[in-house]
Order: sequence, then C-alpha cells, then structure tokens
Amino acid sequence: MFSKIFEVFARPDFPEKLREHVMLSLAALLVAIAIAMPVALLIRNTRLGAAIAINIGNVGRAVPSLAILALALPLFGIGFGSALVALTALAIPPILINASTGLREVNKDIIDAARGMGLSGGEILARIQLPIAAPVIFAGIRTSAVQTVASATLATFIGGGGLGDLIVEGYSRSGPEILLAGALAVAILAIITEIGFGALERAFTPKGLKIAQKRGS
Amino acid sequence: MSNAGLLLLQDVLEEPKLIDWEWLKENFWEDIVPALQGHIFLSVISVAVALVIALPVGVLSARYRKAYPPVTFVTGVLYSIPSLALFAILISIPGVEIGPSPVIIALVAYSLLILIRNTVAGLDSVPPETIDAARGMGLTDRQILLRVELPLALPIIVAGVRIATVTIIGIATIGAYINGGGLGALIFDGIDRQFPTEIIAGAVLATALAIIADLLLLGLERYLRPWARVRRT
Repeated sequence: MFSKIFEVFARPDFPEKLREHVMLSLAALLVAIAIAMPVALLIRNTRLGAAIAINIGNVGRAVPSLAILALALPLFGIGFGSALVALTALAIPPILINASTGLREVNKDIIDAARGMGLSGGEILARIQLPIAAPVIFAGIRTSAVQTVASATLATFIGGGGLGDLIVEGYSRSGPEILLAGALAVAILAIITEIGFGALERAFTPKGLKIAQKRGS
Repeated sequence: MSNAGLLLLQDVLEEPKLIDWEWLKENFWEDIVPALQGHIFLSVISVAVALVIALPVGVLSARYRKAYPPVTFVTGVLYSIPSLALFAILISIPGVEIGPSPVIIALVAYSLLILIRNTVAGLDSVPPETIDAARGMGLTDRQILLRVELPLALPIIVAGVRIATVTIIGIATIGAYINGGGLGALIFDGIDRQFPTEIIAGAVLATALAIIADLLLLGLERYLRPWARVRRT
C-alpha cells in the first residue's frame, strides 16, 4: 500500500496538482490580505466600523466553504478563476476580524503617551499600533491560510484543480492509493501551513511584547 | 439566420435561471426537508458524541496539567486536516463504509479541540476562593466538581459548543460527497446537474442553519451567565 502511495507522488502530474493547490491558496490569501488590511486600517478608529467588521466575520464563519465554492459555479463559471474568487471571499473574514480587533485593543494610554511625545497619526500607526497588534493580525492570517489550504481541496468540484483532483480521481475510480495519496498530501500541506505561519506569527511579535508575555503581565 | 445561429440564440434564451421556484415547490417535501433533517441529525449527533468525550478529557486535563499539551497537540493536528482529506482517509480504513458513520467520526474529531480547550478554560475561570469556600462547607471533591466548578464553567463550555456546532454544520455539507446525506447532497447534485437552484437551496439552508444554531446557543450562553446579565443592567 505504502509503495503504491509513493508511486502516486512520483506521477508526473503530482507536482502540477501541488503547484496548483499552493498557487490557488497563496493567491487567494494575498488578495484577501490586500482587501482586508486597508479596510481594517480605515475603520480602526470608528466604533461602527468595528461592529461591521465583527458581524461580517461572524456571518462569514457561518457560511459553509462548500456553499461559497458551489455558488461561484453559476455566478462565475468553471475553473481556476472562479475558485480563486470563492477562496478569497472565504479568506477575508478571519483577517478582517483579527486586524480590526488587534488595532482597536492597543492600550489607549500608550497611544496618548506617543501623541504626547509628538508622534503624528501615521507614525503612531506604523511604530506603535501595527507592531503591538502584529501578533493578533498574524494569528488571523494564519487561521485564514490554514482554512484556505483546506478549502482549496474543494476547488476540484468546480474545476479549479489542486490536490482535490487526486481525491476525486481516487474516489470515483475507486483507486484507494490515489485517494490516500491526495488526502495525505493535503493533510501534510495544511499542517506545514499551520506550523509555518505559527513561526511567522512569533517572528513578528515585538521583543518587548514577548518579555511582557513571559512576565505574565 | 443560419442553423448554428438559431441554436446559439436558443441556448441564450434557455439559460437556466438562478432560482427555479417551480422546482423548489415540487421538491420541497421530497428532497429539501429530508436533506435539512439529515443535516440537523448529523450535526446534533456529532456534537453530542464529541461532548461525551471532551468533557471528561477536559476535566482530567485541567486536573493533570501535564496531560494538557499532548491532548491539544493531537486534537490540534486532527483539527488542521482538511475535511475532504479526513473523509478520504477514514473511508480508506478497512471496515469503514461510505455513509453517515465516517462523516460523524470526522465531525466529532473536528469538535474535540474546541470543546476540550473551552472546558479547560471554563474550569480555570472558577476563582480558587470559591473552591476553598466549597471545601470549607464540607463538600467532597466530586461535589465541588459537579455542583460548583462545572456550573460556573458552563457558559464558557457552551461558548465552545457554539463554535463547534457552527463549524460542524459547515463541514457536514462536504460529508455528502461520501454519502453522508444532509444539505451537501443538494449542493453536489446541483453541481453534477449544473442546476443552480439546487446549489443555492443547499447553500442558503446550510448557512441559515448555522446562523440559527449560533444565535440559539448564544442565547443559552447568556442565559447561563445570570451574573453578567445583572451586571450589565
């Protein structure tokens, strides 16, 4: 069984499926960041904006990923582009919620102190708010990335390609080794994404915050 | 007009409507309601089974702190496996047939991390003074757990149930691919037949079900936190 699974990994179309899966996930994540971050920055000082972001996030969490992907089919047709639009829509809510709450929860006294030191609004954002909120923002990006890699498996149902193709191929032609190879590849990719983005999150936590966390304050 | 042109025109005119109300009416009792019932069944059973596992594991993890990191590691790995992949792995195990069982197993696996984490967080939130007072009143450890700690931890546990339920309702749609039934069956059938109405019916109902479950459990969470209600008013 194991040697058969490795035979699937050695198939010439395996790297292509893997590449499609990574490209689809990465593109969706980057577009989602490009949309969610400016919105979070724009609404960081308004109470209404935060309420809207949190509600969008909650509704977004309730919509099943398969539902979004399947709905993209009648609206945008079959293929990579259609899957990309659906995955981007799925990737936005966690980033938006975390960025918006992270920026909002920066201690007001710190911002007051910075203002007292003569920093401008832009400087406060770049040198105080963003670094302090960075761990929370990256936690949102990590959640979103893992979720996107998982949902990209479903892209196969609307012709978006990726490793899901192998699972569907193995299932419909009852080739257990193809099914398992696809499933294992997706699972490993998801776990690597989780670990990789976890490391990124730690790397972007400012040194001062880490010391504060250690002290338990 | 050429023959091909006529055919093309016909195609455009007969492009399927996004929502075919006739179909919805005709298939409401036969297809849609059973799919909804199946979906509710899958979700309720899975959360119930997951709670039966997660509560004792959570209580033990809160007591024996060394066990907690390995427990969150294992359940965390399970949680990060994409659902279609987990379904595929489960049906590859000899003896596991396609149908609702592997779907329920997977849904239980996905709930464990959230439920265990919230059980531990809930028990941690009980002030030590309260436990001291209970002990001073002569309650045994078991009585303290059942009559003091768990009731006080309940709102946080229910918050976990809420997140788990919403997650599960979403993932259960994918279970239809391995014949688990539920609203996903409408979505997959709609994709196969290129019939948007059926996709939309499944997608909208699954979303509505998740939102309703979320609101109901949020209500329960608030109801179980009478002290917060008093403080707010």
